[in-house]
Amino acid sequence: MIGTLLRRVVSLIVVLGVVISATFFLIRLSPGGPFDAERKIPEQIEKQLLAKYKLDGTLWEQFTGYWGDLLQGDLRLSTKYRNRSVNEILAQTLPVTFTLGAISFLLATTLGVWLGTFAATRHRRAGDTIAMLAALLAISLPSFVIGPILILVFALDLRWLPVGGWGTPMQVILPAITLAAPYVAYIARLMRSSMLETLNQDFIRTARAKGLAERVVLWKHALRVAILPVVTFMGPLAAHLLTGSIVVETIFHIPGAGGFFVHSIQNRDGFLLGGVVIVYCVLLVAFNLAVDIAYTLLDRRIELND
Amino acid sequence: MTEPGLCKQLSRNPSAVAAVGILTIIVILALVGPEVLPASYREPGPDQYSPPSWAHPFGTDLNGRDLMFRVLSGTRLSLLVGICGAAISLILGTAYGLVSGYVGGRVDQIMMRGVDILYSIPRLIFILVFINAFNATLEQFAAERNWVWLVDYSRIAILIISLGVIEWLTMARIVRGQVLAIKSRTFVLAAQALGQSHLRILLRHILPNLLGVIVVYLTLTIPAVIIDESFLSFLGLGTQAPRASLGSLLADGASAINPVRSFWWMILFPSAFMALTLLSLNFLGDALRDALDPRAKN
Repeated sequence: MIGTLLRRVVSLIVVLGVVISATFFLIRLSPGGPFDAERKIPEQIEKQLLAKYKLDGTLWEQFTGYWGDLLQGDLRLSTKYRNRSVNEILAQTLPVTFTLGAISFLLATTLGVWLGTFAATRHRRAGDTIAMLAALLAISLPSFVIGPILILVFALDLRWLPVGGWGTPMQVILPAITLAAPYVAYIARLMRSSMLETLNQDFIRTARAKGLAERVVLWKHALRVAILPVVTFMGPLAAHLLTGSIVVETIFHIPGAGGFFVHSIQNRDGFLLGGVVIVYCVLLVAFNLAVDIAYTLLDRRIELND
Repeated sequence: MTEPGLCKQLSRNPSAVAAVGILTIIVILALVGPEVLPASYREPGPDQYSPPSWAHPFGTDLNGRDLMFRVLSGTRLSLLVGICGAAISLILGTAYGLVSGYVGGRVDQIMMRGVDILYSIPRLIFILVFINAFNATLEQFAAERNWVWLVDYSRIAILIISLGVIEWLTMARIVRGQVLAIKSRTFVLAAQALGQSHLRILLRHILPNLLGVIVVYLTLTIPAVIIDESFLSFLGLGTQAPRASLGSLLADGASAINPVRSFWWMILFPSAFMALTLLSLNFLGDALRDALDPRAKN
């Protein structure tokens, strides 16, 4: 198992290398530089600027130079927010994005698992039908539809919660619901079908025959097996949440990394853009590895092998 | 091949009937609406942010443009991107799944591991970088050759291609699973024994048996692509003004939110069209899956 794990780590590192290199070339080879402006900058100054931001030299020199800095943990300087390094900007904004993402992740998984199990135990009855209709509705409503409507209703009309911003627990509620809602629904559907399948299996009948309480059968015996598809989905879920938080941060004016990502594209701020993409990819790849390990710990029948 | 009783099965499912009805209405409105509305509705007018009235049933926006015209033409664009993007993902996913499932063995393992890895990187973020890098290049390319049509549509063309390129993974997985099940059936073995080429077996014997599943996931990919496109347009990185899609209209609505006056119609109408389109496509896809792919049913 250690061997396969090592092999997996190596393949993920290769993937990261490809993604980072591709990002670099996409940014560097697109027409238009960060210092293009209406007014032409004097040649001498432009030269100094390019040297300061390490944008001089051949493409190959820039590429190897960038990798050298990356391996030392330096994401370089932002060309838009002069004199601020990408590391600094990310250190300020990532904790915000992570807090929002982690809360939504917990919300989506716990609520989704609970709802799906609830629907499965009431298979083909009113509770099941209503829960699954609600789930399909939530899957069909993307965050940029739910968010503004939640603001209209709960912030502007009822005035229960703040419109946006960041810092108090009250300000987290609406964004977290907006971000998590479609995934609560998706996980509930996933959980329902896998729970229905599990409940039909022999070991559940054995557990019931032993006279165990239904609660114990459901939450101790069945859940452990039925939750596996949800665990598999956790990796993609993290990717979806990171992507989705860009929109949610925009809607609720949250000072996370998402806003900087959008602006860095508009401003041709190459190193900031690259920094966000690279950090997101590294984190997701690491998270996926953790999920893989959790999966094998949960399900002894499966050995990591490929 | 679709089974003979498909229409009958669907017509017995009330949510599927409703979904088809709503979809038909939306498509007709989106196709016909922008053509028959008065020409003055396309232009900015004197009434800024006026609430719904008889002259402007959906109200007007910041520039006094009629919101009904903008919502209907936005729906048209979103549907166009959704359908074309899904078609591209269909071709890519089916080809990948066919090869992976048919060849099998180590190749299959490596190809599916690749899909797993792609699932876990933030594809939309990466593709955003790609779109914005490549768009300027394509515009330059088209301008140098004086291809006016492409200059106008270069961004939409790139959007469609990129979204097709990121949404094919599910299709590939499903097709591969089906191919694995089909390829050991006797009619495929018979074709192999007769010495038919692999390409011919794939296209003439295996592919026709996949049509049902492919139709189901095509129906489910269209809403996914529409959501992706709206996501990009919402951030101002997809469709560019003055052209509008549902996503950019929602962005306009969201940016007009303020505590003093709420321009609710700018959020309500684009949201309603978006939600109805996505809901009916998802309902239809689910109903088709129940009818065509009994194993996916619980």
